[in-house]
Amino acid sequence: MRAQVKTRHKKKAQTEFFFDYSLLFVVLFLLGFGLVMIYSASSYEAFQSYQDTTYYMKKQLLAIIIGMVMMGVVANIPYHFWERFALLGYLVSMALVPLVKTPLGVKSHGASRWIRIPGLGLNLQPAEVGKLCLILFLAVMVCKMGKNVRTLKGFLIMLLLPLPVVLEIYIITKNLSSAIIIMAISVLMVFVASPDYKKFIVMGVLVVAAAALVVFLATSSTANAVEGEEVNFRFGRITAWLDPESDSQGTGFQTLQGLYAIGSGGIWGKGLGQSMQKLNFLPEAQNDMIFSIICEELGLFGAVAIIVMFIMLLWRMMVIANNASDLFGAMLVVGVMGHIAVQAILNIAVVTNTIPNTGISLPFISYGGSSVMFLLIEIGLVLSVAKGIQLKEL
Amino acid sequence: MLTDNNKIFHRKKILTIFLICAGVFLFLFGRLVYLCVWRAEHYSALATALHERERSIKAARGRILDRNGTVLADNRTVCTVSVIHNQLEDPEQVIEILSRELELTEDYVRKRVEKYSSMERIKSNVDKELGDRIREYDLAGVKVDEDYKRYYPYDELASKVLGFTGGDNQGIIGLEVVYDEYLQGEAGKILTMTDAKGIEVESAGERRLEPVSGQDLCISLDMNIQSYATQLANQAMATKQADSVSILVMNPQNGEILAMVNVPEFDLNNPYELPEGTPENISGEETQNILNGIWRNGCINDTYEPGSTFKIITAAAGLEAGVVTPESGFSCPGFVIVDDRTIHCHKRAGHGSQDFTHAMMNSCNPALITVGLRIGLDSYYDYFEKFGLKTKTGVDLPGEAGTIMHKKEGMGNVELATVAFGQSFQITPIQLLTTVSSIINGGRRITPHFGVQTLDAQGSVAQRFEYPVSADIVSEETSATMREILEMVVQEGSGANGKVEGFRIGGKTATSQTLPRGSGRYIASFIGFAPADSPQVIAIAIVNNPQGVYYGSQVAAPIIRQLYENILPYLGIE
Repeated sequence: MRAQVKTRHKKKAQTEFFFDYSLLFVVLFLLGFGLVMIYSASSYEAFQSYQDTTYYMKKQLLAIIIGMVMMGVVANIPYHFWERFALLGYLVSMALVPLVKTPLGVKSHGASRWIRIPGLGLNLQPAEVGKLCLILFLAVMVCKMGKNVRTLKGFLIMLLLPLPVVLEIYIITKNLSSAIIIMAISVLMVFVASPDYKKFIVMGVLVVAAAALVVFLATSSTANAVEGEEVNFRFGRITAWLDPESDSQGTGFQTLQGLYAIGSGGIWGKGLGQSMQKLNFLPEAQNDMIFSIICEELGLFGAVAIIVMFIMLLWRMMVIANNASDLFGAMLVVGVMGHIAVQAILNIAVVTNTIPNTGISLPFISYGGSSVMFLLIEIGLVLSVAKGIQLKEL
Repeated sequence: MLTDNNKIFHRKKILTIFLICAGVFLFLFGRLVYLCVWRAEHYSALATALHERERSIKAARGRILDRNGTVLADNRTVCTVSVIHNQLEDPEQVIEILSRELELTEDYVRKRVEKYSSMERIKSNVDKELGDRIREYDLAGVKVDEDYKRYYPYDELASKVLGFTGGDNQGIIGLEVVYDEYLQGEAGKILTMTDAKGIEVESAGERRLEPVSGQDLCISLDMNIQSYATQLANQAMATKQADSVSILVMNPQNGEILAMVNVPEFDLNNPYELPEGTPENISGEETQNILNGIWRNGCINDTYEPGSTFKIITAAAGLEAGVVTPESGFSCPGFVIVDDRTIHCHKRAGHGSQDFTHAMMNSCNPALITVGLRIGLDSYYDYFEKFGLKTKTGVDLPGEAGTIMHKKEGMGNVELATVAFGQSFQITPIQLLTTVSSIINGGRRITPHFGVQTLDAQGSVAQRFEYPVSADIVSEETSATMREILEMVVQEGSGANGKVEGFRIGGKTATSQTLPRGSGRYIASFIGFAPADSPQVIAIAIVNNPQGVYYGSQVAAPIIRQLYENILPYLGIE
């Protein structure tokens, strides 16, 4: 098949092949916007800690440049090239997670979720590798299983495949949010692969019921807790979610500081660079909570701009997935789409206190080198799939 | 390759995912609208409270004015120098300059400069001139705030009455304590935006809440009478080498105190200065004890045995009880035997036969003992209480001492006899003066006081003070009789030294020996009022431990005479 594409490629002019400039533009916009906001949110703290207002921005810029190069390379390699590495990637991502407990592991913010790549001075989050590898692996598996995906057995196998990595990430790195994201990506991919709806509706209902049960347990256990007794920290986060002002100095602190930022921004915002909350009040201002700084400085309109950009990004990916030249390409794009959608939604939901607080970064915008690099590699994959679309098919 | 059939259901699924995501984004957008629009006010108020740090601006403390509007306590602008640790750029330079300019040891300044706190005060009450000079250095992290300092234009005048204030604008003793709530005012605030560590954000500017000045306090004291009385007291203390001299001048009709002198006074602008000759290395506690002694207001905080001036009370009780009239006859052989005790008269030879008026003029102990015994223990004790002698006067100064009196159950005739001429119990000078005032003013027990009213910033009355008056301590007739008898005491009796040419003065002297008896320490005192028929002013002079002649008639009565010679014309009393 690839040979066919290649020969046609030679015969016809380049312009007949599709390159999704809109997608690239949206990504570049988000990255540029993110850099400005990282500078705005972090410069004060960066100067205090490193006597350099651009400390975080420069590190992010470097990661973006490396990421863009990798994206360019990946975009120009036909995506079927990666098919052969699917199993290897799956195994590597499983092997990487336990490394955080070895001397290679890096502790930060009280959790060991990073490993240092010797010689490069870069920190790598195994969860990011896991996301990319699972997208690839599941896309390959869907193609391999073919119609078997539609059977209950196939369905269950598809759901069980990501579980080892998910459990590893949850148990070893205590990173519930990444575990949830990987699981959600997998479910979305299976959802697209199988024509059935019922199973997924049942699954959705079960998840909602389980969530309700956890909330109920959390509130009742907190209410019954003896004074001074340590309440499970995830339960504490749930009660802080329901009423962040009840524990404004403890678990609810970050959430409440984020809400202060959003609320004081109002409709029009205070203006770029005018945030007060970034002055050491809001922890992780340039990272997980950057969206609330955007709201504070740029108001509701800045926030809407970001949301619109993400919807556009998802729309472009939907178009690419729908027109992918084969199922493997479509599944790859669906995985990336799921990844970005889930992460953006969860981040904004956390920041607006719509769900309990858990550490999730905002794709392309939050500070975080390995996250942005892997996202750009995924975009490279999507662009590669897009390239496979022949314009006359559209 | 996707088959067409497959393509359709895959596309549908992908579209579903996109629509669900778009829907969730829409929901989150709604949530944002709620937070940014409906909750904006709530959260921005909370955030502002979090971001603002306040520095307070002292309110100007209300002034204290005498009855003629003369300012007795005022404010002067001074500066407070502080450092803000986080804003320091060159700590060494700051330490060097501050220790040099403020004349503080380098260690002292270093400790404060290097202390990690949001704002550390280096020195307060710095002269405005010096404060301006430090401000001109323009040192980063050094703040010079203007501030008010209490200033007393007459230094020592009425020091124990006015009192002084501490570093936080709060009264420490005297009227400054009692009227603190009126004088204090409300501190203002400078609100500045700071980051989470308390560092000011310069671009954010500041908000000011202006302070509300305290109300001015108008008191009944008359600066002229007070300073003249102080002069007389100092004079008497010097000539009689006395320990202390107190003079109290009051309006017996309403309890307004015109003067309250307790020499030695102290300098209100320098209240912590120890007297000369104090050993240098004494403990903080000892220092405090010495200072408390210096600040003590003898008219109110200390009790003494009133002696013969108390015969006024016994006489009034006798008249009221009907056991004696001015014409009742008494015979004094120089002593009287009560139960198994012989109590001598101050005139060992005896006053012989005399009527009650003359017994008072002679200050005859046996006659007054007889009156006391006639009244009887129960009745006497009742009168003692009825006259208000067992309760405090309620004067508007802190720390009024209570009466030290026998328990009724512990009293026999001997105790009754000694109480009748003013011994074996203790009261404060203000208590004695108040009770005598009540007896001669027609029988109304008044409340001695200074505070008349407070004025707001515009000079209109903010608060007028009312004081309780209880009627019918004694009847109007008893009161009139007492005035006549006491006028006789001054005109022809033992109080003759209190006579003032051209004025009708009533009064009574006293010479009490302090405990323990035989120590040779006496308290000479004299109570005088004028005009005798309708008293407008009453005064008491108490000379504590005079050397040489110690009789109240010789030592204390002349003080009141001199006082009245000047103040009666001044007050327009005829």
